[in-house]
Amino acid sequence: MSHLDIHAYLAEFEDIPGTRVFTAARARQGYHLNQFAMSLMKPENRERFKADERGYLDEWAISEEAKQAVLARDYNALLDIGGNIYFLSKLFSTDGIAFAQAVSTMTDMSWPEYRQMMLDGGRSPEGVRSIREGR
Amino acid sequence: MARITAGVGSSHVPLLGVAHDQGKERDDYFGPIFAGYDWTREWEKQEKPDVVILVYNDHASAFDMRFIPTFAIGCGERYKPADEGWGPRKVPDVIGHPDLAWHIAQSLILDEFDMTIINEMDVDHGLTVPLSMMFGACEAWPTTVIPLAVNVVTYPPPSGNRCWALGEAIARAVESFPEDLNVQIWGTGGMSHQLQGARAGLINPEWDNRFLDLLEAEDDAVRHIPHIEYLRETGSEGIEMVMWLIMRGALGHKVKTLHRHYHVPCSNTAIGHIVLEPNT
Repeated sequence: MSHLDIHAYLAEFEDIPGTRVFTAARARQGYHLNQFAMSLMKPENRERFKADERGYLDEWAISEEAKQAVLARDYNALLDIGGNIYFLSKLFSTDGIAFAQAVSTMTDMSWPEYRQMMLDGGRSPEGVRSIREGR
Repeated sequence: MARITAGVGSSHVPLLGVAHDQGKERDDYFGPIFAGYDWTREWEKQEKPDVVILVYNDHASAFDMRFIPTFAIGCGERYKPADEGWGPRKVPDVIGHPDLAWHIAQSLILDEFDMTIINEMDVDHGLTVPLSMMFGACEAWPTTVIPLAVNVVTYPPPSGNRCWALGEAIARAVESFPEDLNVQIWGTGGMSHQLQGARAGLINPEWDNRFLDLLEAEDDAVRHIPHIEYLRETGSEGIEMVMWLIMRGALGHKVKTLHRHYHVPCSNTAIGHIVLEPNT
């Protein structure tokens, strides 16, 4: 991996269907969003958030778009603006829903359909490895 | 003299900790997963390691976005199970081995691996789930543990090649520690899984099993798999498998496979488990 071209390295990540790799650019964009999510590790913060979601969000330096996506629990939108799944999972926990159930909301399946897909062996990599190469 | 006697690879899915803690290890869903660890639990009772160097990643528990160490080694006396949002797991505190940990940290830095040193932190499911899988329920863990945390969340994570080389350096460090210690090294995480986006739920048993084959091989081709291949073939979180290469690199060129297990699914994830010993 020595003398790797960083531009080529990063460009390849955009060629994976239905995937946002947590690059430095996303980490920068989503910094405050992810730190907001991290704050929900503390029970007292979870209580304050649950009592007034909008008010709690307004304490953070995050965009209106991000606040709306949190309120709507639109996880694909949150990934697009730099959210990371391990940080966003603090929101799943606050909502008391299973990790896999929250994950299913990012797909085109219902939770029962997604759960059944996993029981049947998961999603095949066929056709979802590369947009460019269609494989 | 301290010596690395075995390497263990294992997934560390949080749901396995829940299944263990709630007594569901033998139900229809989890039974086939835990059955693959029965052999290892018996083997560990015979082996009685003094220290486990446990390679894992933190999942936004001890580390948030403020500090992102690529390789960090725990040199503390003890670590508490982290509260990951639903209360800490009711498992014993993890007891460190500061003498060996500091020896390894110093040796690695002199060997040009510039480690981050951790004296205090809580440890999340990435570390406590493998302990439960290998030792089951216990009042106290039957070994001391040196946590070795790897960044596999924010890109770029370390290359597979770098992970393998770190494993080699850890083996050199252990061999230069004067006390007679039975040391194991565990690589955790994986196997194929993607927890995000429209492609979530991706599982690739063919690739995962080829990876296990490559770990068993005498050559070191597995260290050269690029990040993009893990991402395309095993899902965005499959990248955790680079951590298994630290374990494999520490075992030397030839290994003997003692045990191997693979199962789909556990939540969103393919479960993989392997036990290797150096074969010199």
